[in-house]
Amino acid sequence: MHTKTIAQLIEGLRSKEFSSVELTRHYLQRIKERDGTYNSYITVTEEAALAQAEAADQRLAAGDDSPLCGVPIAHKDIFCTTGIRTSCGSKMLDNFIAPYDATIVENYQKAGAVMLGKTNMDEFAMGSSNETSYYGPVKNPWNTNCVPGGSSGGSAAAVAALLAPAATASDTGGSIRQPAALCNLTGLKPTYGRVSRWGMIAFASSLDQAGTLTRTAEDSAIMLNAMASFDAKDSTCVDQPLEDYTAGLSNSLQGLTIGIPEEYFGEGLNPQTAERVQAAIKVYESLGATTKSISLPHTHLAVPAYYVIAPAECSANLSRFDGVRYGHRCDDPKDLADLYKRSRGEGFGDEVKRRILVGTYALSAGYYDAYYNKAQQVRRLIKQDFVDAFNQVDVVLGPTSPSPAFEFGAKSDDPVAMYLEDIYTIATNLAGLPGLSIPCGMVDNKPVGLQLIGNYFAEGKLLNVAHQFQLATDFHQQLAPETA
Amino acid sequence: MAVNQSDIEKLAELAKLEISTEAAGATADSISQVLELVDQLQAADTSGVAPMAHPLDAVQRLRADQVTETDQRDTLQAMAPATEDGLYLVPRVIE
Repeated sequence: MHTKTIAQLIEGLRSKEFSSVELTRHYLQRIKERDGTYNSYITVTEEAALAQAEAADQRLAAGDDSPLCGVPIAHKDIFCTTGIRTSCGSKMLDNFIAPYDATIVENYQKAGAVMLGKTNMDEFAMGSSNETSYYGPVKNPWNTNCVPGGSSGGSAAAVAALLAPAATASDTGGSIRQPAALCNLTGLKPTYGRVSRWGMIAFASSLDQAGTLTRTAEDSAIMLNAMASFDAKDSTCVDQPLEDYTAGLSNSLQGLTIGIPEEYFGEGLNPQTAERVQAAIKVYESLGATTKSISLPHTHLAVPAYYVIAPAECSANLSRFDGVRYGHRCDDPKDLADLYKRSRGEGFGDEVKRRILVGTYALSAGYYDAYYNKAQQVRRLIKQDFVDAFNQVDVVLGPTSPSPAFEFGAKSDDPVAMYLEDIYTIATNLAGLPGLSIPCGMVDNKPVGLQLIGNYFAEGKLLNVAHQFQLATDFHQQLAPETA
Repeated sequence: MAVNQSDIEKLAELAKLEISTEAAGATADSISQVLELVDQLQAADTSGVAPMAHPLDAVQRLRADQVTETDQRDTLQAMAPATEDGLYLVPRVIE
């Protein structure tokens, strides 16, 4: 059962090949037996999962036609879940039981999906290797000496190790697409505002967006159908008509124009990764698409702009963790200032502290114009690069990450080297565009990701372009060793 | 721009974040590295460019001025480190 895609599981549940309870038990058993190796889950919600599975079986028996009814999924531990710990990978929230559900959690519940548990992640989604989690690093199922990417490393490892058929995730600078690339998955970050951020613990509010990690583009479309909604509770959610993202999957790519940004193939890109991406371009040409070289001239400023904007927003968002209302509180505070400082000093890890301090610096009196304002101006230049590109092409294509999965510790002492891991993904968040990563081959038995970037709200087009590639190739069908 | 240990102490005070004296030096070094990275922005020509806060330049939606929330004090305080009679307890602020 665990090698089936979501599309196949939906078939199996409908044809009564297996029940949701059987399917859920099977996954729970696999998690029990195998997750000791990967550490992909922080919390496994066995009882709740079986109760939800029973309810789903009743809905299915009554003829429920909601596609995800009875399908088990995992949620990144950044999404609030009523009555279940939501830690965000931090000691600060180790004891936090959310009093409400995130909108996307509610959407999946309504659709009848079963929650297997909450997945591991970099602390407060800050990291590209899952090494900053309070709950320990996650191992890449393709090579357990290597990182799975981050920050959605637990979601990626769980799906790649076949410990969940799909998982929710979040992407502020590449946190869905980079783990997808490193773990041979399909990872979709929708347009900013397409999916509600309500109940997703905030890191950088103008960049954060929820999305999914799946094994195929078709599964990604099925998952997005249930996840996307307009939500009045998220003031930045965009009121855009919903569509059926599976509807256009089989459209031909004849006449499609793909833009290849020269800046995404420069210095810093692993030559073998570049070869796999070039080979993927040939596949697209054979499918009837035409390619066009384009320029995104402000690409080199994306990482610098991001490391002002994201820390600035992080320092504001994380000021809510004060040891007073919920979360970690230090022992025996001598006064209120001591309570704040020690609760936060003990509750946050090094990377989170670093970003709070950088953000505090960028927002402090005398520096605001030079840093924050300047970065917001550069952000518009980066967006304009894409607006100009989408006047000429339908989608933009390049590598997702500069190189395949790296070993534990390789970048953890060098924050800037770690930040450059997201050099090709960050601009998409700054511009608010949808981006997707799909498998396009291997280098040294480690997966390589191909990134596709679409125009605003063109998730359907992106998924179509990804699905057609997956009909013509079998990279996405390759499974990590010892998982089948 | 590079920051030194005393800058870190000042920032930590502003952020209400305890950074131990032993860690302050290493923190200053790593933050200086990050600031060196972001200093690349200074070379960009941004004259006449409006700062961008929302990718779709959306403005804050307003809702009708109606009470929609119900009282959830007990639920919310159930996870607080210390409460009494519906109030959050903190160390004495006024002597």
